[in-house]
Amino acid sequence: MMGRFRAIVSTTAARLSALYLLLFTICALALVLYMTAQAAKILRTQTETTIIEEVQNLSQVYARAGLPGLVRTIDRRSRVPGANLYLISDKAGVVLAGNVAEIDGSILRNEGWTREPFEYMRFSGEAVEPAHHALAHVFVLPNEMRILVGRDLGEPERFREIVQRSLTLALTMMGLGALMIWYFVGRHALKRIDGVSAASQRIMAGDLSGRLPVTGSGDEFDRLSENLNMMLGKISNLNEGLKQVSDNIAHDLKTPLTRLRNRAEAALASRQSASDYKEALTDMIGQSDQLIRTFNAILMISRLEAGYSSERLERLDLSEIAGDVVELYEPLAEEAGAALSFETKGPLAIQGNRELLSQTLSNIIDNAIKYASLADGPAIKVSVLQENGAPVVIVSDNGPGIPEPDRERATERFVRLENSRSAPGSGLGLSLAKAVMKLHKGEMRLGSDGQGLKVSLVFADAGS
Amino acid sequence: MKILVIEDDRDSARYLEKALAESGHSADIAADGDAGFTLADSGNYDVLVVDRMLPRRDGLSVVAGLRAKGHRTPVLILSALGEVDDRVTGLRAGGDDYLTKPYAFSELLARIEVLQRRNGAADVETIYRVGDLELDRLSHMAKRAGQEIVLQPREFRLLEFLMRHAGQVVTRTMLLENVWEYHFDPQTNVIDVHVSRLRSKIEKGFGVPLLHTVRGAGYMLKVPGKT
Repeated sequence: MMGRFRAIVSTTAARLSALYLLLFTICALALVLYMTAQAAKILRTQTETTIIEEVQNLSQVYARAGLPGLVRTIDRRSRVPGANLYLISDKAGVVLAGNVAEIDGSILRNEGWTREPFEYMRFSGEAVEPAHHALAHVFVLPNEMRILVGRDLGEPERFREIVQRSLTLALTMMGLGALMIWYFVGRHALKRIDGVSAASQRIMAGDLSGRLPVTGSGDEFDRLSENLNMMLGKISNLNEGLKQVSDNIAHDLKTPLTRLRNRAEAALASRQSASDYKEALTDMIGQSDQLIRTFNAILMISRLEAGYSSERLERLDLSEIAGDVVELYEPLAEEAGAALSFETKGPLAIQGNRELLSQTLSNIIDNAIKYASLADGPAIKVSVLQENGAPVVIVSDNGPGIPEPDRERATERFVRLENSRSAPGSGLGLSLAKAVMKLHKGEMRLGSDGQGLKVSLVFADAGS
Repeated sequence: MKILVIEDDRDSARYLEKALAESGHSADIAADGDAGFTLADSGNYDVLVVDRMLPRRDGLSVVAGLRAKGHRTPVLILSALGEVDDRVTGLRAGGDDYLTKPYAFSELLARIEVLQRRNGAADVETIYRVGDLELDRLSHMAKRAGQEIVLQPREFRLLEFLMRHAGQVVTRTMLLENVWEYHFDPQTNVIDVHVSRLRSKIEKGFGVPLLHTVRGAGYMLKVPGKT
């Protein structure tokens, strides 16, 4: 329990609310102190004014009616309920009239204002009330009689008391409220964070498919968890990609390596002529070159898919790129007896990498020529156009094509569909094209115009 | 030709030394960047072959250091890093050519010979001549025996490159890089078809063949019997 409380106290929310509470208390205290001080000052001034008026009044009575009149007036006034304080004494300090029952004799001795509020007992009929505080003015008559006129301070004191009590109450309630909010907010935050910590520990322990909890409230914790989940997704994709690459490397490089080794072993085992050895070696060089090609393609695809290729994109003319590759392949197509046509409506700007796009198109056109030549009157059509504003290159052939259910699989690495096993190639052409298009924020689509294969490279809108 | 090979892999270095000797060149070997720099700085070499990743001092810094000291010896950089950006960095450091590992020895040899015989004169010459074949770089005209040969723009560039390096082996990769400006490896030998097309244009009806295929290496444009 203690540890849990300490954990809540140490949350940021708790620390912030504690700080706010402290600041608020200081401000509230300052405000209340200022207000009570001001109010007390006003009340005191008011009291003093009243007393001075009373003294002047009594002076007039004394001037008009002499001592007996004064004593009578005082006696009458002091009997009014809630009246001021009155006292009249002779020079020896013997009380002649008034409503003060008991008072420190020294107060009467000093003429003028009493410096401090003093304590006194008051008459109220027969009963003697408990001690009161009052402020008074003492003046001495020419015959050395003393008259004290004062005002009870009970009212301002009660006022101050009320203010202090309500302030204490309010602050206590605020403090309790803050503590509760603090506890619940802190506990809530802590619970969410504990959930995230627990989930990440499970993930670290090896449950790579695990994800952080999302409550669906859309608050900042959810947003954080969602972002972290996306990051985890990306990481696990990369991880899977890496695993797949190593599996594929193991499978597709080991096979040709084994063939290479077998070839060397066979050449060594049999007694052959020098020209046979030479043929075996040439063959082996050819096989190693193919291995290197495959290896380069795997490296390239992995780099592109991981998204950290250093290849930069620049503003290019798609028509020019496609035209150049078509021109490169045109004599080859002619030699294969295939008609390679190129169609464009003029320059079309894209953001791209010339080398990668040329290589991709070269792979696709190379394949198209290979497969088209299986058909009668092979024809390959390359067109550059705009589809809904997006620049597109389409390479279509009239070869056997890829059956629709196989099209998705055809872009996976090393997949060589059954009817293409006989043709040379690494089986990486389409997956390289897919990776290159991903780098260009576009996509590759496989389709068909009824016959043959139609590969579309769709780019992101160049204007954006 | 005297060649300095700066390469840390002993087997590769020894193989290069032997193969270069068989091709009639003498090669010195340096096993690290520092030793290579010292040798290149003091020795008199026609071509330097520099591996990019070397112990002590990396290849690019060796080349940049030599260039800073005013050495103009042609440099071929060898590297396992083959992306276009890596190539650009290599050439910017002062390399004259860039070859990605693994490479065929014939490719390396052809490139070294081209580098060594590289002359500034070919850059300013406006007319190249090989036998009775003539190419005018300004008017973009090719003639053989005074008769005009009609060439497509790319064919013209191909012939221009071959004539510029007349008498030297030019590999398919070199053609792809210099004529088409592609650095990837097209799976089918598209270059061969282009060359045979060009060959028929410049040779058909003219008798003496000028464009020769060098087995296992590439092509060479030359007048037979002449070197």
